[in-house]
Amino acid sequence: MKKLKVLIVDDSSVMRKIIERALRQAGLDLTEVLEASNGAEALVEVQKGSLDMILSDINMPVMDGLEFLKSLAGIDSAKGVPVVMITTEGSEARVVEALSAGAKGYLRKPFTPDQVKERVAPLLGVNL
Amino acid sequence: MRIMANQRSQSFLPLDPAWKSLLECAMVEVFEMMAGVRPEVIGSPEGEPRGEQMAMVGMAGALCGMTTFRCSKAMASKLASLMLGEEAASSPSSARDAVGELCNMIAGNFKSKVSSLANHCMLSVPTVITGDDYSISAVDPSEGFTIAMTLHSEIIWVTLITHV
Repeated sequence: MKKLKVLIVDDSSVMRKIIERALRQAGLDLTEVLEASNGAEALVEVQKGSLDMILSDINMPVMDGLEFLKSLAGIDSAKGVPVVMITTEGSEARVVEALSAGAKGYLRKPFTPDQVKERVAPLLGVNL
Repeated sequence: MRIMANQRSQSFLPLDPAWKSLLECAMVEVFEMMAGVRPEVIGSPEGEPRGEQMAMVGMAGALCGMTTFRCSKAMASKLASLMLGEEAASSPSSARDAVGELCNMIAGNFKSKVSSLANHCMLSVPTVITGDDYSISAVDPSEGFTIAMTLHSEIIWVTLITHV
């Protein structure tokens, strides 16, 4: 199975750990998990390159997930890296905005490991 | 911010009694999916919400107010361990973060169940207060309700406060 390097962006350290746990429970082989607590910190990690996927919360302080997503457009190392947005809110408008800005999928909190697998595996081209 | 400014001239949605069962449902779903446990609803809770850990999530737009989540420190540690594994039980910051995130998810899940709120109400990031000798008072006019659930013989309180 493909070994993966992912970036998890969420202002809650608990949620970052929950997302990592869900990815591992879904069967993904994570070799490296990078964390950022807001969009600004995440941009620094993205610029280092070699990511296989980014999972980002929308509602965060400093730089929210939508602004982060829009900022990725100008970064070469982000090209081709699928971004999955994670939202607590049931707002379709924000999901549509995220998908229009380049997100490849979204997850709504709360979620189950099965839901994570369904949304993430196709974007990584892995068969779980 | 833009939505908040635009909404200020509009009237807020009044509290709907049907929201209580939706909030209960939202809370149970979050606990089942994120902590793997099912709390039991207490029909008529006695007394005021209490406990040393309280999370608050502000709501703005069609509904203006907040959702609060309150429980004991011991329960907060238990919830962190259920969500993250046993090692989280000894970390005060994980316990605080867990109640904040649970409050955030309950507020968001509740909002998504009310069609008139889903696209017209925004949530703040959570704030967590630690202490035991305080109460929360909303500036009038306001209304709200509290639901209480038991988990492992302890009570967890969730309150929705709205400004009218």
